[in-house]
Amino acid sequence: MISVKNLQKNFGGVEVLKGINTEIDKGDVICVIGPSGSGKSTFLRCLNMLERPSGGQIIFEGDDLTDKKIDLDLHRQKMGMVFQQFNLFPHMTVMKNLTVAPMLLKKVPEEKARAKALELLGKVGLADRADSFPNQLSGGQKQRVAIVRALCMEPDVMLFDEPTSALDPEMVGEVLDVMKKLASDGMTMVVVTHEMGFAREVANRILFLEDGVILEEGTPDHIFNHPENERLRSFLAKVL
Amino acid sequence: MILPTLFLAAGGPLSGWFAKLHETFIVNERYKMMIEGFRNTIIITLGALVIGVTIGMLIAVVKYLAEDVPGLKPLAYVCDLYVKVIRGIPMVVLLLIFFYIIFSHAKNGIPVAIVAFGINSGAYMAELIRSGINAVDAGQMEAGRSLGMSRLQAMRVVVFPQAVRYILPAIGNELIALLKETSVAGYVAVVDVTRAGNLIRNNSYDAVNPLMLVALIYLVLVLLLTWLLGKLERRLSTGDKR
Ligand SMILES: Nc1ncnc2c1ncn2[C@@H]1O[C@H](COP(=O)(O)OP(=O)(O)O)[C@@H](O)[C@H]1O
Ligand SMILES: [Mg+2]
Repeated sequence: MISVKNLQKNFGGVEVLKGINTEIDKGDVICVIGPSGSGKSTFLRCLNMLERPSGGQIIFEGDDLTDKKIDLDLHRQKMGMVFQQFNLFPHMTVMKNLTVAPMLLKKVPEEKARAKALELLGKVGLADRADSFPNQLSGGQKQRVAIVRALCMEPDVMLFDEPTSALDPEMVGEVLDVMKKLASDGMTMVVVTHEMGFAREVANRILFLEDGVILEEGTPDHIFNHPENERLRSFLAKVL
Repeated sequence: MILPTLFLAAGGPLSGWFAKLHETFIVNERYKMMIEGFRNTIIITLGALVIGVTIGMLIAVVKYLAEDVPGLKPLAYVCDLYVKVIRGIPMVVLLLIFFYIIFSHAKNGIPVAIVAFGINSGAYMAELIRSGINAVDAGQMEAGRSLGMSRLQAMRVVVFPQAVRYILPAIGNELIALLKETSVAGYVAVVDVTRAGNLIRNNSYDAVNPLMLVALIYLVLVLLLTWLLGKLERRLSTGDKR
């Protein structure tokens, strides 16, 4: 579904991504782990071109997103993204947060958009908060709404950038539960996370990123039980 | 007419002043000049405000979009130049250039003044609208873009509605500055409040009362605008607690 080919990214001469190659297939749940500053967010943001790669290619469903002539907006509709800081629209109700993009971009009729939003809100246990504003929600509720907002566009893949890192510990579980359900429904997901329990349980492949390169990748069993790279071992020793 | 007569009859220290007011403003119907001046000051200020906000919005949006759309860079450069040039020229000089050079055949100074003040104001509006837009968290634009919105759509639906809370009070302040700045409109033969006061002073040989009245009119208008602005800001900040 997504092929990443020799992806590179510099920020003002500083090489942050130094040639990343990987394949993301339909139904994959891929967790990206690694120390802070290793380029995880940059990698994820390059997948939907929120950051423009300095080199290499992102092939999404057969189209090269780095091609200047491509309609990025159309492709982004199919790539949901969930941010560490939620980034809900504070001036809109929860319902409006969920329906604004489908109505504006896919011309879904309001009634249909609302019905879909309500159905998905119900699935994450927030059907009664449709008329709330984001400021009236807890962090965990906000992030669940943010996930639903992305899902309302019916994306083919969901990108998560440390979705639980800004949450109080007691709220991490409710968000991870939603993500687990999403994974078991067959959603293709790329998740940058420090939640090693989640990665071990849900991922079918884990990428260990350090210093802008994938140092090691494999199944959870491989990464957690038989790590080969020395730096992966010392990273795991610190976080587990 | 009745009121001053009453006070004259009552005598006392005020009666002399009222006699003077009568002589300055009522004789020869000189107060009518002040009414015309007031009307023109309001027309010029509001006309310039509309032009200024329009220009400011256009520039702000062009410069914002140009950050991502290379094709707009030359246009953004022109906008920058406009802002720099305008901010570097005193308003009076700009007004004279518009009246005596650019619209040198204009008979009526009022439209020229509206355009000149509007173009001047646009440069300041552009900057304050831009800083209002920049005050909105960058994550908002990214969230909009990640859903598939274009930069313009995300600006219109997500960013700008949030920027309004910063922009409106700043526009209010600019309006107050603009109102006072129009007092130089007399340079191009427009009878605004200031010029009206000056004409009355000239015709009546009374300097004190006309000029005090002019000062009072501006002061009251500014206090009124300040009060309205305060109300607006309180409304906008309670909106925050939704
Ligand atoms: N917009 C940017 N401008 C300059 N440097 C950046 C920018 N974004 C990220 N970086 C740098 O790139 C490196 C990797 O950042 P990031 O991808 O956020 O890492 P991670 O998510 O793994 O913590 C860091 O050194 C960071 O300072
Ligand atoms: Mg990060």
